[in-house]
Amino acid sequence: MNVEQMVKIVNGTVLTPGVSLSREIKGGCGADLMSDVLASIQPDAVLLTGLCNIQVVRTAQMADVRAIVFVRGKVPAPETVQLAAEENIPLITSPFGTFELCGRLYRAGLKSFETEIPSENNV
Amino acid sequence: MSSIQELNGRKGRIITDQDAREVSRVEELSYDLKVSETMTREVKTVSPAQPLSSVLEILRVGRISGVPVLEDGKLVGVLSIEDIVHAMEKNDLEAPVRSYMSAGVFSVYTHDPIVKAIESFSEYRVGRLPVVDVNGKLAGIITKGDITRGILTALQKDYKVEELRVYRASHLFEDITSDRTSLILRYNIKARDYINGGQASSHIKRALLRLGASPQLARQCGIAIYEAEINLIIHSNQGGIIRVQIDPHRILMQTTDNGPGIKDVNLALTAGWSTATQEAREMGFGAGMGLVNIRRCVDRMELESTYGKGTRLLMEINLSDGERFKESV
Repeated sequence: MNVEQMVKIVNGTVLTPGVSLSREIKGGCGADLMSDVLASIQPDAVLLTGLCNIQVVRTAQMADVRAIVFVRGKVPAPETVQLAAEENIPLITSPFGTFELCGRLYRAGLKSFETEIPSENNV
Repeated sequence: MSSIQELNGRKGRIITDQDAREVSRVEELSYDLKVSETMTREVKTVSPAQPLSSVLEILRVGRISGVPVLEDGKLVGVLSIEDIVHAMEKNDLEAPVRSYMSAGVFSVYTHDPIVKAIESFSEYRVGRLPVVDVNGKLAGIITKGDITRGILTALQKDYKVEELRVYRASHLFEDITSDRTSLILRYNIKARDYINGGQASSHIKRALLRLGASPQLARQCGIAIYEAEINLIIHSNQGGIIRVQIDPHRILMQTTDNGPGIKDVNLALTAGWSTATQEAREMGFGAGMGLVNIRRCVDRMELESTYGKGTRLLMEINLSDGERFKESV
Protein backbone atom coordinates (compact mmCIF):
# COMPACT_ATOMS: atom_id res chain seq x y z
CA MET A 1 0.00 0.00 0.00
CA ASN A 2 1.14 3.58 -0.35
CA VAL A 3 1.13 6.26 2.34
CA GLU A 4 -2.15 7.76 1.15
CA GLN A 5 -4.00 4.42 1.46
CA MET A 6 -2.42 3.85 4.87
CA VAL A 7 -3.68 7.27 6.08
CA LYS A 8 -7.26 6.19 5.26
CA ILE A 9 -6.90 2.90 7.16
CA VAL A 10 -5.72 4.68 10.32
CA ASN A 11 -8.27 7.54 10.02
CA GLY A 12 -5.23 9.77 10.01
CA THR A 13 -4.71 13.48 9.63
CA VAL A 14 -1.65 14.49 7.62
CA LEU A 15 0.47 17.11 9.44
CA THR A 16 2.93 17.79 6.60
CA PRO A 17 0.85 19.21 3.73
CA GLY A 18 3.72 19.65 1.26
CA VAL A 19 5.07 16.10 1.50
CA SER A 20 4.09 13.54 -1.12
CA LEU A 21 1.98 10.57 0.01
CA SER A 22 2.69 8.42 -3.03
CA ARG A 23 5.56 6.33 -1.67
CA GLU A 24 5.11 2.61 -1.16
CA ILE A 25 5.06 1.12 2.35
CA LYS A 26 6.19 -2.48 2.65
CA GLY A 27 5.96 -3.10 6.38
CA GLY A 28 5.43 -1.60 9.79
CA CYS A 29 6.96 -1.21 13.20
CA GLY A 30 5.46 0.09 16.45
CA ALA A 31 7.95 1.43 18.98
CA ASP A 32 8.65 4.18 21.48
CA LEU A 33 12.32 3.27 21.78
CA MET A 34 14.30 4.51 18.82
CA SER A 35 16.86 1.73 18.96
CA ASP A 36 14.03 -0.74 18.44
CA VAL A 37 13.20 1.10 15.23
CA LEU A 38 16.83 1.15 14.12
CA ALA A 39 17.10 -2.57 14.84
CA SER A 40 14.70 -3.32 12.01
CA ILE A 41 16.84 -1.99 9.22
CA GLN A 42 14.48 -2.92 6.41
CA PRO A 43 13.58 0.16 4.40
CA ASP A 44 10.12 1.44 3.41
CA ALA A 45 8.37 1.02 6.77
CA VAL A 46 5.65 2.96 8.54
CA LEU A 47 6.52 3.77 12.16
CA LEU A 48 3.76 3.87 14.78
CA THR A 49 4.91 5.73 17.87
CA GLY A 50 3.81 7.64 20.94
CA LEU A 51 7.04 9.61 20.99
CA CYS A 52 6.73 13.13 19.55
CA ASN A 53 10.21 14.65 19.65
CA ILE A 54 12.57 15.61 16.85
CA GLN A 55 14.67 12.44 17.21
CA VAL A 56 11.75 10.39 15.87
CA VAL A 57 12.25 12.15 12.54
CA ARG A 58 16.04 11.72 12.63
CA THR A 59 15.58 8.03 13.38
CA ALA A 60 13.12 7.71 10.50
CA GLN A 61 15.56 9.43 8.19
CA MET A 62 18.38 7.06 9.11
CA ALA A 63 16.23 3.93 8.78
CA ASP A 64 14.49 5.04 5.54
CA VAL A 65 11.10 5.02 7.27
CA ARG A 66 8.50 6.30 4.78
CA ALA A 67 5.85 7.65 7.17
CA ILE A 68 5.38 8.25 10.90
CA VAL A 69 1.99 7.80 12.58
CA PHE A 70 1.56 9.37 16.04
CA VAL A 71 -0.83 7.36 18.18
CA ARG A 72 -3.80 8.55 20.29
CA GLY A 73 -4.11 11.89 18.53
CA LYS A 74 -0.66 13.12 19.58
CA VAL A 75 0.74 16.07 17.63
CA PRO A 76 4.45 16.89 17.66
CA ALA A 77 5.99 20.36 18.10
CA PRO A 78 6.39 22.63 15.03
CA GLU A 79 10.20 22.02 14.85
CA THR A 80 9.56 18.31 14.46
CA VAL A 81 7.00 18.91 11.71
CA GLN A 82 9.37 21.30 9.97
CA LEU A 83 12.28 18.86 9.99
CA ALA A 84 10.01 16.11 8.65
CA ALA A 85 8.86 18.39 5.84
CA GLU A 86 12.49 19.20 4.97
CA GLU A 87 13.38 15.53 4.93
CA ASN A 88 10.25 14.59 2.98
CA ILE A 89 8.87 12.28 5.64
CA PRO A 90 5.06 12.52 6.02
CA LEU A 91 3.79 12.85 9.60
CA ILE A 92 0.30 11.57 10.40
CA THR A 93 -1.70 11.69 13.62
CA SER A 94 -4.30 9.02 14.31
CA PRO A 95 -6.96 8.92 17.02
CA PHE A 96 -6.27 5.20 17.69
CA GLY A 97 -3.75 3.65 20.09
CA THR A 98 -0.79 1.51 19.06
CA PHE A 99 -2.64 -1.80 19.61
CA GLU A 100 -5.57 -0.88 17.40
CA LEU A 101 -3.34 0.71 14.74
CA CYS A 102 -1.16 -2.39 14.47
CA GLY A 103 -4.32 -4.49 14.16
CA ARG A 104 -5.81 -2.33 11.42
CA LEU A 105 -2.65 -2.23 9.33
CA TYR A 106 -1.84 -5.91 9.83
CA ARG A 107 -5.37 -6.86 8.76
CA ALA A 108 -4.91 -4.68 5.66
CA GLY A 109 -1.96 -6.87 4.70
CA LEU A 110 1.01 -4.91 6.03
CA LYS A 111 3.92 -7.06 7.22
CA SER A 112 5.66 -6.68 10.56
CA PHE A 113 9.22 -5.37 10.33
CA GLU A 114 9.88 -6.01 14.01
CA THR A 115 12.66 -8.50 14.65
CA GLU A 116 13.89 -10.56 17.55
CA ILE A 117 16.86 -9.22 19.49
CA PRO A 118 19.88 -11.01 18.02
CA SER A 119 21.53 -13.38 20.48
CA GLU A 120 25.27 -13.09 21.09
CA ASN A 121 26.01 -15.99 18.76
CA ASN A 122 24.45 -14.74 15.58
CA VAL A 123 25.37 -11.07 15.84
CA MET B 1 18.99 -1.75 -13.16
CA SER B 2 20.65 0.35 -15.83
CA SER B 3 21.26 -2.67 -18.07
CA ILE B 4 17.57 -3.63 -17.88
CA GLN B 5 16.66 -0.13 -18.92
CA GLU B 6 18.92 -0.30 -21.92
CA LEU B 7 17.48 -3.65 -23.01
CA ASN B 8 13.96 -2.29 -22.87
CA GLY B 9 14.91 0.74 -24.90
CA ARG B 10 13.32 4.11 -24.42
CA LYS B 11 9.74 3.10 -25.22
CA GLY B 12 9.51 0.17 -22.82
CA ARG B 13 11.27 2.10 -20.09
CA ILE B 14 10.78 0.78 -16.58
CA ILE B 15 9.70 3.40 -14.07
CA THR B 16 12.61 3.67 -11.69
CA ASP B 17 12.73 5.13 -8.19
CA GLN B 18 14.27 8.20 -9.78
CA ASP B 19 11.23 8.69 -12.04
CA ALA B 20 8.83 8.16 -9.18
CA ARG B 21 10.71 10.79 -7.19
CA GLU B 22 10.31 13.30 -10.03
CA VAL B 23 6.55 12.69 -10.31
CA SER B 24 6.04 13.31 -6.63
CA ARG B 25 8.31 16.36 -6.85
CA VAL B 26 5.76 17.92 -9.23
CA GLU B 27 3.06 17.30 -6.61
CA GLU B 28 5.32 18.81 -3.99
CA LEU B 29 5.99 21.84 -6.12
CA SER B 30 2.29 22.46 -6.54
CA TYR B 31 2.22 23.03 -2.78
CA ASP B 32 5.61 24.76 -2.51
CA LEU B 33 5.26 27.28 -5.32
CA LYS B 34 3.22 30.37 -4.56
CA VAL B 35 0.81 31.89 -7.06
CA SER B 36 2.89 35.11 -6.92
CA GLU B 37 5.93 33.20 -8.24
CA THR B 38 4.31 32.03 -11.47
CA MET B 39 1.58 34.60 -12.26
CA THR B 40 1.79 37.26 -14.96
CA ARG B 41 2.21 40.62 -13.27
CA GLU B 42 1.61 43.06 -16.06
CA VAL B 43 -2.10 42.74 -16.58
CA LYS B 44 -4.26 44.53 -19.10
CA THR B 45 -7.55 45.53 -17.47
CA VAL B 46 -10.81 46.97 -18.79
CA SER B 47 -13.67 48.91 -17.26
CA PRO B 48 -17.29 47.70 -17.10
CA ALA B 49 -18.54 50.64 -19.19
CA GLN B 50 -16.14 50.14 -22.08
CA PRO B 51 -17.62 48.75 -25.36
CA LEU B 52 -16.73 45.13 -26.22
CA SER B 53 -15.29 46.14 -29.60
CA SER B 54 -12.45 48.03 -27.84
CA VAL B 55 -11.67 44.96 -25.68
CA LEU B 56 -11.41 42.82 -28.79
CA GLU B 57 -8.58 45.06 -29.92
CA ILE B 58 -6.78 44.73 -26.54
CA LEU B 59 -7.04 40.94 -26.69
CA ARG B 60 -5.83 40.84 -30.30
CA VAL B 61 -2.84 43.12 -29.76
CA GLY B 62 -1.82 41.50 -26.43
CA ARG B 63 -2.50 37.97 -27.77
CA ILE B 64 -4.42 37.14 -24.62
CA SER B 65 -7.68 35.28 -24.09
CA GLY B 66 -9.24 37.25 -21.24
CA VAL B 67 -8.96 40.34 -19.03
CA PRO B 68 -10.00 41.29 -15.48
CA VAL B 69 -12.64 44.00 -15.23
CA LEU B 70 -11.91 46.75 -12.70
CA GLU B 71 -14.28 49.39 -11.39
CA ASP B 72 -12.70 52.11 -9.17
CA GLY B 73 -9.67 49.85 -8.75
CA LYS B 74 -11.84 46.99 -7.49
CA LEU B 75 -12.10 43.66 -9.27
CA VAL B 76 -15.69 43.16 -10.44
CA GLY B 77 -15.44 40.52 -13.15
CA VAL B 78 -13.52 38.78 -15.92
CA LEU B 79 -14.18 39.10 -19.63
CA SER B 80 -12.97 36.25 -21.82
CA ILE B 81 -12.83 35.78 -25.56
CA GLU B 82 -15.77 33.34 -25.26
CA ASP B 83 -17.89 36.15 -23.80
CA ILE B 84 -17.04 38.28 -26.83
CA VAL B 85 -17.97 35.43 -29.17
CA HIS B 86 -21.40 35.32 -27.50
CA ALA B 87 -21.80 39.05 -28.15
CA MET B 88 -20.68 38.59 -31.76
CA GLU B 89 -23.34 35.91 -32.31
CA LYS B 90 -25.93 38.51 -31.36
CA ASN B 91 -24.12 41.22 -33.33
CA ASP B 92 -23.84 43.17 -30.09
CA LEU B 93 -20.17 44.28 -30.03
CA GLU B 94 -21.04 47.86 -29.02
CA ALA B 95 -22.58 46.63 -25.74
CA PRO B 96 -20.65 47.52 -22.56
CA VAL B 97 -18.31 44.95 -20.97
CA ARG B 98 -20.70 44.79 -17.98
CA SER B 99 -23.41 42.98 -19.93
CA TYR B 100 -21.27 40.03 -21.06
CA MET B 101 -18.56 39.64 -18.38
CA SER B 102 -18.59 36.89 -15.75
CA ALA B 103 -19.38 38.77 -12.57
CA GLY B 104 -18.88 37.50 -9.03
CA VAL B 105 -15.31 36.62 -9.77
CA PHE B 106 -13.33 33.79 -8.34
CA SER B 107 -9.81 34.86 -7.56
CA VAL B 108 -6.78 33.45 -5.80
CA TYR B 109 -4.41 35.18 -3.42
CA THR B 110 -0.77 35.92 -4.20
CA HIS B 111 0.23 33.79 -1.19
CA ASP B 112 -1.89 30.75 -2.17
CA PRO B 113 0.01 27.64 -3.28
CA ILE B 114 -0.49 26.97 -7.00
CA VAL B 115 -2.42 23.82 -6.13
CA LYS B 116 -5.22 26.20 -5.03
CA ALA B 117 -5.28 27.73 -8.53
CA ILE B 118 -5.23 24.28 -10.18
CA GLU B 119 -8.21 23.21 -8.05
CA SER B 120 -10.08 26.43 -8.84
CA PHE B 121 -9.54 25.97 -12.60
CA SER B 122 -11.39 22.67 -12.57
CA GLU B 123 -13.93 23.66 -9.91
CA TYR B 124 -15.08 26.84 -11.68
CA ARG B 125 -14.24 25.61 -15.19
CA VAL B 126 -12.21 28.67 -16.04
CA GLY B 127 -8.92 29.01 -17.86
CA ARG B 128 -7.61 32.02 -15.98
CA LEU B 129 -7.93 33.51 -12.51
CA PRO B 130 -7.28 37.05 -11.34
CA VAL B 131 -4.78 37.19 -8.49
CA VAL B 132 -5.35 39.61 -5.60
CA ASP B 133 -3.11 40.58 -2.68
CA VAL B 134 -4.17 40.45 0.99
CA ASN B 135 -5.95 43.81 0.58
CA GLY B 136 -8.01 42.50 -2.33
CA LYS B 137 -6.08 44.61 -4.84
CA LEU B 138 -5.42 43.08 -8.27
CA ALA B 139 -1.80 41.87 -8.42
CA GLY B 140 -1.78 39.75 -11.57
CA ILE B 141 -3.43 36.98 -13.52
CA ILE B 142 -2.65 33.26 -13.61
CA THR B 143 -3.35 30.73 -16.38
CA LYS B 144 -2.62 27.01 -16.77
CA GLY B 145 0.24 28.00 -19.06
CA ASP B 146 1.80 30.13 -16.28
CA ILE B 147 1.63 27.14 -13.92
CA THR B 148 3.22 24.73 -16.39
CA ARG B 149 6.01 27.21 -17.04
CA GLY B 150 6.53 27.81 -13.28
CA ILE B 151 6.76 24.09 -12.49
CA LEU B 152 9.12 23.40 -15.37
CA THR B 153 11.43 26.23 -14.33
CA ALA B 154 11.46 25.04 -10.71
CA LEU B 155 12.09 21.43 -11.73
CA GLN B 156 14.95 22.47 -13.94
CA LYS B 157 16.48 24.46 -11.10
CA ASP B 158 16.07 21.54 -8.66
CA TYR B 159 17.42 19.07 -11.14
CA LYS B 160 20.46 21.17 -11.88
CA VAL B 161 21.37 21.78 -8.24
CA GLU B 162 21.06 18.21 -6.89
CA GLU B 163 22.27 16.61 -10.13
CA LEU B 164 25.34 18.81 -10.11
CA ARG B 165 26.06 17.95 -6.46
CA VAL B 166 25.75 14.22 -7.09
CA TYR B 167 27.79 14.49 -10.26
CA ARG B 168 30.58 16.46 -8.63
CA ALA B 169 30.72 14.27 -5.53
CA SER B 170 30.43 10.93 -7.31
CA HIS B 171 33.42 11.75 -9.48
CA LEU B 172 35.57 12.92 -6.61
CA PHE B 173 37.65 9.77 -6.37
CA GLU B 174 37.96 9.57 -10.15
CA ASP B 175 38.98 13.19 -10.59
CA ILE B 176 41.84 13.13 -8.12
CA THR B 177 44.89 11.05 -8.87
CA SER B 178 46.94 9.75 -5.98
CA ASP B 179 48.24 6.41 -4.79
CA ARG B 180 45.60 6.42 -2.12
CA THR B 181 42.75 8.95 -1.92
CA SER B 182 40.56 9.26 1.18
CA LEU B 183 37.89 11.72 2.13
CA ILE B 184 37.65 12.69 5.80
CA LEU B 185 34.61 14.30 7.42
CA ARG B 186 34.74 15.65 10.98
CA TYR B 187 31.90 16.77 13.25
CA ASN B 188 31.96 18.17 16.77
CA ILE B 189 29.12 16.82 18.90
CA LYS B 190 27.83 18.62 21.98
CA ALA B 191 26.85 16.71 25.09
CA ARG B 192 23.12 16.70 25.97
CA ASP B 193 22.17 18.51 22.74
CA TYR B 194 19.07 16.41 22.05
CA ILE B 195 17.57 18.96 19.67
CA ASN B 196 20.42 19.03 17.13
CA GLY B 197 21.44 15.45 17.82
CA GLY B 198 21.45 13.38 14.65
CA GLN B 199 22.33 16.29 12.40
CA ALA B 200 25.89 15.06 11.85
CA SER B 201 24.63 11.57 11.00
CA SER B 202 22.13 13.07 8.61
CA HIS B 203 24.94 14.98 6.84
CA ILE B 204 27.08 11.84 6.70
CA LYS B 205 24.29 9.77 5.18
CA ARG B 206 23.61 12.46 2.55
CA ALA B 207 27.33 12.75 1.75
CA LEU B 208 27.54 9.00 1.14
CA LEU B 209 24.51 9.07 -1.16
CA ARG B 210 26.02 11.94 -3.13
CA LEU B 211 29.28 10.07 -3.42
CA GLY B 212 27.31 7.31 -5.11
CA ALA B 213 26.75 4.85 -2.23
CA SER B 214 23.73 2.53 -2.56
CA PRO B 215 20.70 3.32 -0.36
CA GLN B 216 21.37 0.09 1.58
CA LEU B 217 24.99 1.05 2.31
CA ALA B 218 24.02 4.62 3.24
CA ARG B 219 21.33 3.28 5.60
CA GLN B 220 23.73 0.88 7.34
CA CYS B 221 26.31 3.62 7.86
CA GLY B 222 23.59 6.10 8.85
CA ILE B 223 22.12 3.85 11.54
CA ALA B 224 25.54 2.95 12.99
CA ILE B 225 26.80 6.54 13.16
CA TYR B 226 23.46 7.83 14.48
CA GLU B 227 23.53 5.38 17.40
CA ALA B 228 27.15 6.40 18.06
CA GLU B 229 26.32 10.12 17.84
CA ILE B 230 23.43 9.68 20.31
CA ASN B 231 25.82 7.83 22.66
CA LEU B 232 28.13 10.89 22.65
CA ILE B 233 25.18 13.14 23.41
CA ILE B 234 23.85 10.96 26.23
CA HIS B 235 27.04 9.76 27.91
CA SER B 236 30.05 11.99 27.20
CA ASN B 237 31.10 14.66 29.70
CA GLN B 238 31.95 17.37 27.19
CA GLY B 239 30.76 15.98 23.89
CA GLY B 240 33.05 14.37 21.37
CA ILE B 241 34.21 14.10 17.80
CA ILE B 242 32.93 12.06 14.87
CA ARG B 243 35.47 11.27 12.17
CA VAL B 244 34.46 9.48 9.00
CA GLN B 245 37.10 8.33 6.57
CA ILE B 246 35.79 7.34 3.17
CA ASP B 247 38.19 5.25 1.11
CA PRO B 248 37.29 3.81 -2.28
CA HIS B 249 37.14 0.31 -0.73
CA ARG B 250 35.86 0.95 2.81
CA ILE B 251 34.21 3.35 5.21
CA LEU B 252 35.81 3.93 8.59
CA MET B 253 33.73 5.77 11.19
CA GLN B 254 35.03 6.73 14.61
CA THR B 255 33.73 8.56 17.66
CA THR B 256 35.99 9.75 20.46
CA ASP B 257 35.32 11.53 23.72
CA ASN B 258 37.21 12.56 26.86
CA GLY B 259 35.17 10.74 29.40
CA PRO B 260 33.68 9.53 31.60
CA GLY B 261 34.66 6.20 30.01
CA ILE B 262 32.94 2.84 30.42
CA LYS B 263 33.44 0.83 33.62
CA ASP B 264 32.72 -2.58 32.12
CA VAL B 265 32.97 -2.75 28.33
CA ASN B 266 31.56 -6.29 28.11
CA LEU B 267 28.51 -5.30 30.10
CA ALA B 268 28.02 -2.25 27.84
CA LEU B 269 27.91 -4.59 24.84
CA THR B 270 25.09 -6.67 26.33
CA ALA B 271 21.70 -6.23 24.66
CA GLY B 272 19.36 -4.35 26.97
CA TRP B 273 22.06 -3.02 29.32
CA SER B 274 21.70 0.73 29.75
CA THR B 275 23.03 3.50 31.94
CA ALA B 276 21.06 6.22 30.19
CA THR B 277 19.54 9.05 32.17
CA GLN B 278 15.83 9.69 32.56
CA GLU B 279 16.20 12.64 30.17
CA ALA B 280 17.63 10.38 27.44
CA ARG B 281 14.88 7.82 28.02
CA GLU B 282 12.23 10.46 27.57
CA MET B 283 13.74 11.18 24.15
CA GLY B 284 13.25 7.51 23.21
CA PHE B 285 16.83 6.38 23.85
CA GLY B 286 18.48 4.21 26.43
CA ALA B 287 17.04 0.88 25.33
CA GLY B 288 20.49 -0.62 25.67
CA MET B 289 20.42 -1.60 22.04
CA GLY B 290 22.71 1.05 20.51
CA LEU B 291 25.97 -0.91 20.38
CA VAL B 292 24.08 -4.09 19.45
CA ASN B 293 22.53 -2.26 16.50
CA ILE B 294 25.87 -0.80 15.47
CA ARG B 295 27.48 -4.24 15.46
CA ARG B 296 24.80 -5.55 13.12
CA CYS B 297 25.39 -2.72 10.64
CA VAL B 298 29.17 -2.85 10.32
CA ASP B 299 31.80 -5.44 9.43
CA ARG B 300 34.09 -4.61 12.33
CA MET B 301 33.45 -2.76 15.57
CA GLU B 302 36.04 -1.93 18.20
CA LEU B 303 35.16 -0.35 21.53
CA GLU B 304 38.06 0.93 23.63
CA SER B 305 37.44 2.69 26.89
CA THR B 306 39.32 3.64 30.02
CA TYR B 307 37.14 4.61 32.93
CA GLY B 308 38.00 8.14 33.96
CA LYS B 309 39.67 8.91 30.61
CA GLY B 310 37.46 8.40 27.62
CA THR B 311 36.03 6.18 24.92
CA ARG B 312 36.84 5.44 21.30
CA LEU B 313 34.41 3.55 19.08
CA LEU B 314 35.59 2.37 15.68
CA MET B 315 33.25 1.08 13.00
CA GLU B 316 34.43 -0.29 9.70
CA ILE B 317 32.45 -1.29 6.64
CA ASN B 318 34.28 -2.99 3.79
CA LEU B 319 32.79 -2.33 0.38
CA SER B 320 32.13 -5.19 -1.99
CA ASP B 321 33.35 -4.89 -5.60
CA GLY B 322 29.99 -3.50 -6.70
CA GLU B 323 29.90 -0.95 -3.87
CA ARG B 324 33.41 0.50 -4.23
CA PHE B 325 33.73 4.16 -5.10
CA LYS B 326 35.17 4.56 -8.60
CA GLU B 327 38.82 5.58 -8.71
CA SER B 328 40.89 7.09 -11.50
CA VAL B 329 42.52 4.44 -13.68
